[in-house]
Amino acid sequence: MLTPPLSSKTPPMISMREISKSFPGVVANDHIDFDIFRSEIHVLLGENGAGKSTLMKILYGFYRADSGRILLDGKPAAIQSPNDARALQIGMVFQDFTLIPAFSVAENIALFLPDLDTVVDLEAVSLWIEEMSARYGLRVNPDAMVYELSIGEQQKVEILKLILSNSRLLILDEPTRVLAPHEVDALFQILYSMRQDGYAIILITHKIKEVLECADRITVLRNGCVAGSLLRSNASEDKLVEMMFGRKLSGLKTGKKVIREETALPVLELQNVHTHGEGAETNLEEIDLKVYPGEIVGIAGVSGNGQRELGDVVLGMIECVKGTKHLFGKDVTNSSIQKLRRSLVGFIPENPLTMAAAPFMTVLENMAVTKTWHYALQGGLTMDWKAIKADVENTMERLGFSFSLNIPARSLSGGNLQRMIIVRELTHDPRLIIASYLTRGLDVQSTLAARQALIQARDDGAGVLLISEDLEELFMLSDRLIVLYGGRIVGSFTPDETNYYEVGHLMTGSEVQYASNS
Amino acid sequence: MRQILNALKRSDWVGQKYVNAVLRYVFMMLFAFLLFGIILLISGKDPIQSYKDIFSSTLGSAYGLSEVIVTMTPLLVTALAVALPSRIILINIGVEGQLYMGACFATWGALAFGHLPAWILLPMMILLGMAGGSLWAFIPGYLRAMGIVNETITTLLLNSVAPMIVSFFVFGFWHSPMDTNKTAIFSPSARLPTLFNTRIDLSLVFALVLLTLFWLVMKYTRWGLEMRAIGGNPQAARRNGIPVKLYLISIMCIGGAIAGLAGMAQVSGFYGVLLANFSRGIGFMGFLISWLAGGSPLGILLTSFVISIIIRGGNLLQLTIDLPYAVINVLLAFTLFVVLARPNFLTQRKEA
Repeated sequence: MLTPPLSSKTPPMISMREISKSFPGVVANDHIDFDIFRSEIHVLLGENGAGKSTLMKILYGFYRADSGRILLDGKPAAIQSPNDARALQIGMVFQDFTLIPAFSVAENIALFLPDLDTVVDLEAVSLWIEEMSARYGLRVNPDAMVYELSIGEQQKVEILKLILSNSRLLILDEPTRVLAPHEVDALFQILYSMRQDGYAIILITHKIKEVLECADRITVLRNGCVAGSLLRSNASEDKLVEMMFGRKLSGLKTGKKVIREETALPVLELQNVHTHGEGAETNLEEIDLKVYPGEIVGIAGVSGNGQRELGDVVLGMIECVKGTKHLFGKDVTNSSIQKLRRSLVGFIPENPLTMAAAPFMTVLENMAVTKTWHYALQGGLTMDWKAIKADVENTMERLGFSFSLNIPARSLSGGNLQRMIIVRELTHDPRLIIASYLTRGLDVQSTLAARQALIQARDDGAGVLLISEDLEELFMLSDRLIVLYGGRIVGSFTPDETNYYEVGHLMTGSEVQYASNS
Repeated sequence: MRQILNALKRSDWVGQKYVNAVLRYVFMMLFAFLLFGIILLISGKDPIQSYKDIFSSTLGSAYGLSEVIVTMTPLLVTALAVALPSRIILINIGVEGQLYMGACFATWGALAFGHLPAWILLPMMILLGMAGGSLWAFIPGYLRAMGIVNETITTLLLNSVAPMIVSFFVFGFWHSPMDTNKTAIFSPSARLPTLFNTRIDLSLVFALVLLTLFWLVMKYTRWGLEMRAIGGNPQAARRNGIPVKLYLISIMCIGGAIAGLAGMAQVSGFYGVLLANFSRGIGFMGFLISWLAGGSPLGILLTSFVISIIIRGGNLLQLTIDLPYAVINVLLAFTLFVVLARPNFLTQRKEA
């Protein structure tokens, strides 16, 4: 879909035209058009992996587009590095801040100024900071050390940094991710006052509620394409949810929806599970979940809301602070990962390279590491490589995948790496499969094959926990659907009972109040 | 010269990679010797003559060669004690301390059971030495596996504790009537047998067997596979159900046991007596060698050999041309420097 022409009093400050960028195995941006106007807050909305960050990193010179051009006030601009972007008064606040903790606020900002004197006059910088922070309500103490500041204050410093270095366009990458609700309000107030002074602001987010609160103009990305661009006045929650998640249905044969026997013993049962997250991890709270044999339970949620933690807590990577975990009726709350793995639990993590594979070992060796006891010969003195190869090739044939087995895993493309993990985890007829982002990075055909494999496993009586952000996939495959938001279960349905809108709202937190009250 | 190299490269050798690697090391050594030659010139010595002396005294005679091997033997073992844990990303700087503990335990065996015949006493001392080393390595291994403190720090700090413990026993209880800083000379049954009428002792066989075993285990066994998986991606290994904690502790202990064996071999084979402060950095040298060799068994063998030549040669230079012993540390440092800088003029062009 092309950008519909939108009325505006002024010509755009920056236009991005036909921007395309692909990474090995993924098309991140596919002919994207994007306009930024002065005195406007432009929200870039989309699921994770929709291509928002990539597009903005291209604008900031962090990546280079494969094709397309960027126009500044109608004239072509060459942005090849963040330095070029800053020279053109474009500034970006990344998700992970770039402040130096051991420096004071003034020192951090001084470091970033484009024309810093040889002898730094911190006093002058401090004065300047105070002047600007008063103007936009960005109250920070210039002499405070950064490590003493809260996340919200650090963000203010990042924004100040850009203002003081003359940026006129600010790109904020998921600025509200780390903020408490009242901090979010404060941030929006700052953005409004900046808008009045003619700043252009791009805000990347996937939270619809916030979009409707602060945006002037909204562009929705889906799968690397522009799903639509509209003014705030034309936007509604339903419309945005539809644009974000799309409604097209592919022709996959989903097989029979199994009516499970209520009497059957659940494969997996979590009772009132709580976890304590470290660092950026989300705390899971009050998770009650049952997976029966022969059913696929879909877990919907925008990433960062506890899906990764849910998969990890089932596997035993994270311990339950409270609550119990049963596998096939046996209490495994404190069991080791080895024990769970031996009781036929397959795990397809969200990132195959960092979470499942050893990059410098060959594909075949990687296939063996989850089942070393199974393939050990003579008590472990040698490995039965023939058997491994036979088993793997068997599964590959069943799934219709093919890739080389004797090359290092790191030389596989992203899609093939995902195939490798899928093959490995489905090889031994697991009774419980935890699959996160099963089809990420796969082409259409492999996506079908992977989904088919999951359905087949279900029909053979395995319980499946399918974690995904792709509503289409979840509705197609799930027998039951659970929505996670902020580490809690905020909804539980069968796909027939609900629709994209309801789930989309729950995922993005726009109706979380309603759900937790009901 | 480049033409020869290119010709070598173009040839379809299976071992071409190894030829390149060996050539690279030879070039690096030459470069180090060149730098050291400048130092020799500055101090007014004839570098050519000095190098001639070094090589004729070490490689030029059977005796010289045997002395090089005597120097090399403990280095092989201590390097292995570093290389094994390094495969699962454990940095064992504590070989020195583990070696002292091994020597200490083994000495207790030698002193308390000196009357036993060698075929009982020696195996017992070996086990005691390994136990001492692994006990010392268990502390950092356990703390690391529990996520309490990084093993790099603990192993390093424990290095200064272990010699104190040895001193405590030597000065306090074990010293011989004549000396205060060493024990009585071990009974003959507590001495490792020597080979070929030289000072080379049985520990050379241990070292070579252990290196071979290390290579075989890493390449063929289930444990090698699991260790490579941990080394390749610890997080993935944990998710894949490999008992990472167990490996962290046990591999650290095995590393310590190997270091302890080196300590046992030093007191039982080389000295025949336990001296306070006997090691003079064998453990640290092993660390250096292991990292220079990239943890590969063959690399450890080659690097240890070269380093031993330098050490022996240094001793000789000190005697013959009156250079201070510290100068040999300069040569060692140059070697380290050049190897770490890894001038890759040989391999670079191939990728391009």
